[in-house]
Amino acid sequence: MNDSVKVNYSYKINKVLRYIFFAIIVKPLMYIIIGLNIRNSHLRLNSGPAIIVANHNSHLDTLALMSIFPLTTIKNIHPVAASDYFLSNKLLAWFSQSIIGIIPLNRNLTTFNDPFADIVEALRQNKIIILFPEGSRGIPEKLDKFKTGIAHLAKRCPEVPIVPVFLHGFGKALPKGEALLVPFFCDIFLGEKIFWTGNKSSFMDKLEGSMLNLARAGNFTAWE
Amino acid sequence: MNNLTLNVKILMLVIIGLLSLSTLIFFLIKKNNPSQNYTELWLRIRSWWVMIAILFLAISSSAKIAIVFFAFISFLALKEYLSLIPTRRSDRRVLFWAYLAIPIQYYLVSIHWYIMFLVFIPVYMFLLLPFRMVLIGDTKGFLHSLGTIYWGLMITVFALSHLAYLLVLDPLKNPYGGGAGLVLYLIFLTQFNDIAQYISGKLFGKHKIIPLVSPNKTVEGFIGGMIATVILTILISPYLTPLNFGQSILVGFIIAGFGFVGDVTISAIKRDFGVKDTSNFIPGHGGILDRLDSLTYTAPIFFHVLSYFYY
Repeated sequence: MNDSVKVNYSYKINKVLRYIFFAIIVKPLMYIIIGLNIRNSHLRLNSGPAIIVANHNSHLDTLALMSIFPLTTIKNIHPVAASDYFLSNKLLAWFSQSIIGIIPLNRNLTTFNDPFADIVEALRQNKIIILFPEGSRGIPEKLDKFKTGIAHLAKRCPEVPIVPVFLHGFGKALPKGEALLVPFFCDIFLGEKIFWTGNKSSFMDKLEGSMLNLARAGNFTAWE
Repeated sequence: MNNLTLNVKILMLVIIGLLSLSTLIFFLIKKNNPSQNYTELWLRIRSWWVMIAILFLAISSSAKIAIVFFAFISFLALKEYLSLIPTRRSDRRVLFWAYLAIPIQYYLVSIHWYIMFLVFIPVYMFLLLPFRMVLIGDTKGFLHSLGTIYWGLMITVFALSHLAYLLVLDPLKNPYGGGAGLVLYLIFLTQFNDIAQYISGKLFGKHKIIPLVSPNKTVEGFIGGMIATVILTILISPYLTPLNFGQSILVGFIIAGFGFVGDVTISAIKRDFGVKDTSNFIPGHGGILDRLDSLTYTAPIFFHVLSYFYY
């Protein structure tokens, strides 16, 4: 990447197709085939800037998190997604950027470029960002250790609220490496918003603690 | 609405009347005691309105649409059940097969293939589900998994699909009620029995009937509800079913008795998993299975009693 990193990614979005995709495919899939239990729905932030931080088990996670918002708000939501995966071929890149509206993130930080420039810019434009600090979907329905990139981002945007969200069940419905969707009711636990605390370790403790509390609230048995 | 007989339309009006009355009473109580929190009760009444509106819409359209509607109810119930029970990672594909039984079972209803409707899940799914599981090869917890999945399939798909089969029974044998009449009759009596047992238990309840499973249920509630249900069954049977007086009494006892058994069976499962409700899908009521628990027992048994006498 070069100086053009300040590109506004919403320019790549096909707004009409995106609206139709969410209205006739994603929302019916989420609310009829799968079925969402949204817990603490009053904690949903309806306008940006905000960062939604969730655990990651399935490709359904992003679509589910976007589905909890009204169709008119979805245009302001941008999931951060690994460029090595989502931009790996032309069709997937088009779909990810034009329909889902992802902000690509380079997972291998080998350059001196600022990996968060696009995210910070989107937040400056009052967008809602979705971030999965586990880095990858990992083992379905198991919470992995969070990577600390989120702390760097929070430090740069201390005024932006961060909403922890715990997702349960999506890894059962569509785990990594499976193409067959099996319907399960899935749970979305919204947490209280948190802010940058002033240092990395206390921030990560707070975020992970909040996540564990949400996970415990469901009282779910492990998926073996 | 053309497929509904006059008597069915009258019963629909009666149900709407009863619900309006409860809504009115609710507002009066709320007005007289404004300090208390009535959110839960209000959600419960509102959900009744929504459920009744959807049910009336489904049975007053064509039989095909009503069958699709009941298939969807089975889908929601099975999904709720499979989300509640612990399943193994390796069971995903077996669960997918279980879901596939829904369209097949309801298709059998729609083409009136009676024998196949009766044996598809009890015989074919019973034999094929373990085979699918064997192909995956995870033997740890094999029988436990198989048992729980199959039980759910029987309750949520096989048992409930009898409601849909009532719709396609020969209407000439039931000129006053038709298929929709039988469905509405059974659902109305089953839900009435639930409420009658509850009220009778509140009024006269003393001796616990099954304390280890449902500590709030009493012998007095059960018997009071049963008497009320049998009386109501005797009163409405001539208008909606071909049943004679003696058969009506029998059906009244069956609906009250097996409705109770269905209710406490689902309660036992909830107790097993340590949950209060099977989900929170229906605001104020809990899950789909919380609402359908009695019906999963009364539907197949009423169906077979009716077909023994008439079909």
